[in-house]
Amino acid sequence: MRNALGSVDTVLLLGGRSEIGLAIVERLVRDGARRVVLAARGAAGGTPPVIGDAEVHLVDFDAARPETHGEVIETAAKLVGDLDVVIPAFGVLGSQAAYDADPVAAAEAVAVNYGGHVSAGLSAARRLREQGHGTLVVLSSVAGVRVRRANFVYGSAKAGLDGFAQGLGDALHGSGARVMVVRPGFVVGRMTEGMSPAPMSSTPGEVADAVVAGLRSGAETVWVPGRLRWVFAVSRLLPRAIWRRMPR
Amino acid sequence: MTFLTGWGRTAPTPARLTRPRSAEEIAELVRQAPARGVAARGLGRSYGDAAQNAGGLVCDCTGLDTWSIDETTGLVTAGAGVSLHDLMAALVPRGWFVPVTPGTRHVTVGGAVAADVHGKNHHVDSSFGAHLRSLTLVTASGETRTVTPDGGRTVTPDGSGGGDGGDGGDGGDLFWATVGGMGLTGVITEAVFRCVPIETSRVRVDVERTRDLDQTLETMAATDDRYRYTVAWIDLLARGGRMGRSVLTRGDHAARDELPRGADPLAFNPGPVLKAPPWAPNGLLNPVTVRAFNEAWYAKSRPATGLIQGIAPFFHPLDGVDGWNRVYGSRGFVQYQFAVPFGQEATLRRIVARLSAEGVVSFLTVLKRFGPGTPGMLSFPIPGWTLALDIPAGRRGLARLLRGFDDQVAEAGGRIYLAKDSRTSAATVAAMYPRLDEWRRVRDEVDPAGVFRSDLARRLLL
Repeated sequence: MRNALGSVDTVLLLGGRSEIGLAIVERLVRDGARRVVLAARGAAGGTPPVIGDAEVHLVDFDAARPETHGEVIETAAKLVGDLDVVIPAFGVLGSQAAYDADPVAAAEAVAVNYGGHVSAGLSAARRLREQGHGTLVVLSSVAGVRVRRANFVYGSAKAGLDGFAQGLGDALHGSGARVMVVRPGFVVGRMTEGMSPAPMSSTPGEVADAVVAGLRSGAETVWVPGRLRWVFAVSRLLPRAIWRRMPR
Repeated sequence: MTFLTGWGRTAPTPARLTRPRSAEEIAELVRQAPARGVAARGLGRSYGDAAQNAGGLVCDCTGLDTWSIDETTGLVTAGAGVSLHDLMAALVPRGWFVPVTPGTRHVTVGGAVAADVHGKNHHVDSSFGAHLRSLTLVTASGETRTVTPDGGRTVTPDGSGGGDGGDGGDGGDLFWATVGGMGLTGVITEAVFRCVPIETSRVRVDVERTRDLDQTLETMAATDDRYRYTVAWIDLLARGGRMGRSVLTRGDHAARDELPRGADPLAFNPGPVLKAPPWAPNGLLNPVTVRAFNEAWYAKSRPATGLIQGIAPFFHPLDGVDGWNRVYGSRGFVQYQFAVPFGQEATLRRIVARLSAEGVVSFLTVLKRFGPGTPGMLSFPIPGWTLALDIPAGRRGLARLLRGFDDQVAEAGGRIYLAKDSRTSAATVAAMYPRLDEWRRVRDEVDPAGVFRSDLARRLLL
């Protein structure tokens, strides 16, 4: 249960090796979370990482197999009880040039970045609604706020995900369960290794700090860094002719 | 679905709220309990999540509102939903007073049992559970059981008797698991307890001011036993040499000949009730306003002896402001109440010093000496000192501050009060309540499937 000061007891991380996801989990544990489920491909049977003094469970999870997602949620709930925070943190970035050359790969990436989140999100939402409490943290991206020429396959999946998350949040209103949409800018980390950081980039730790603060305050939307909210408020208004000249 | 919170107005969760009017109706609800279980609720004065049940059923027991008194013995038989206010309004004019009243009259008998509440007379009279003759509760099987403190034979309400359910014939275990058991052993439907005779509805009060914490503790230890009711209000914002300065108010029920001539000796007039504004800005209570309040309170509490006060202003000053919990703003507040055994005054001093140094904004911080506790397995009071304070929930760093206090209190062999808690951890409670496993065994026997659930129970893995 989330307590009076916004600390939680249990966390489920889908995409249990995600750098951002693990950074969030570490902070939640530091804040009082005691039971953690890390769900990742081929994870079951491995040695759980040490995260503070929390009890950590490993569960198999494949983002590309939506038919298994409901079961993963149920397994996690059996292991740790009510799920206070569920974080689907899986995803692939890929390059636009590679997607241009390989449409099948593009469709597969979208299936994970969008479709996988839809099935995982809906499965989690069903459980949270039954519980009458809990927060689904959806890691969207500014890439989906206004899709750019430079990464429109990834961006369009994030745009779909962002819309899905907002709709789901509204659908859950009044149930006690909530959705928090997180919109980071460029995150310097494993996923973006070798790329030169965009302006107003952040680190996985900074994203995690913002997520934890948002969970505490009960925010519906979190931008990382916060000033991207205003940057994108403006960018949404730019004419197409200018927007398409965005270098990246 | 209705969103519910405790008195602190934090962490709301939705539940199906129903208001049965009889034990039979409750038994039926329990037999058809939803997967998320059933929690009992009274007037919602627990500060945290004890009477919430996210996604499940919450049984508002205030419909169980009948009661009677045997005026030859003072024994009251009251439905779980009867409030102490209603009892006082009816009983005081007849010369009877409840054995224990907490700082508010607006609690139900069921809640008073489930939290094993204490009052200003704990040092001489112990807690509510000590005055109970029997309890009736609907258990997980839908059975109605009456249990007694000494494990006497359990009797069904129709008098057929004999059945003592599944706890090996010792109703005493179920009784003492229920007293202080936070409603998790069953839905309490009725209690029988002994009231005390009073000559008047007034209290003869002595007021004293102390200059610091040491003097407060010394004075209370030396002279509390001369009074039936005692409490100290601590000015937490006072620092340095004045740290822990307090106003001691101590009293006894006044005798008839102590009242002014012509006064109605047993009149019960709680006085006008002010309404707190429905909305208050976050941060209304800040170091400046609370310091001003504390200064004024300390200054106005002039030393006096033999003051004659009514029941309401003496026992329930905050009941004079309806909805006072709203002044903490939309984020609500937490109440931190702990007890440490005698001999662990160093822990108490350290915590008061830290609160004072941090400038924690709490008005009406209360210190009290506890006497012997009850055999309630999860009952809070232990012989020693208890401190209770309110803190706005939005305060930065509060979680860490209170976790630090938890560790010190546990280390000292003390505990925090579950009826006030809204933020501690399961491990902390396990460390503080040495009889938790014993309680769990009794509860598991009487409710093996976990029908009775609350947000508190989930949060603390009770």
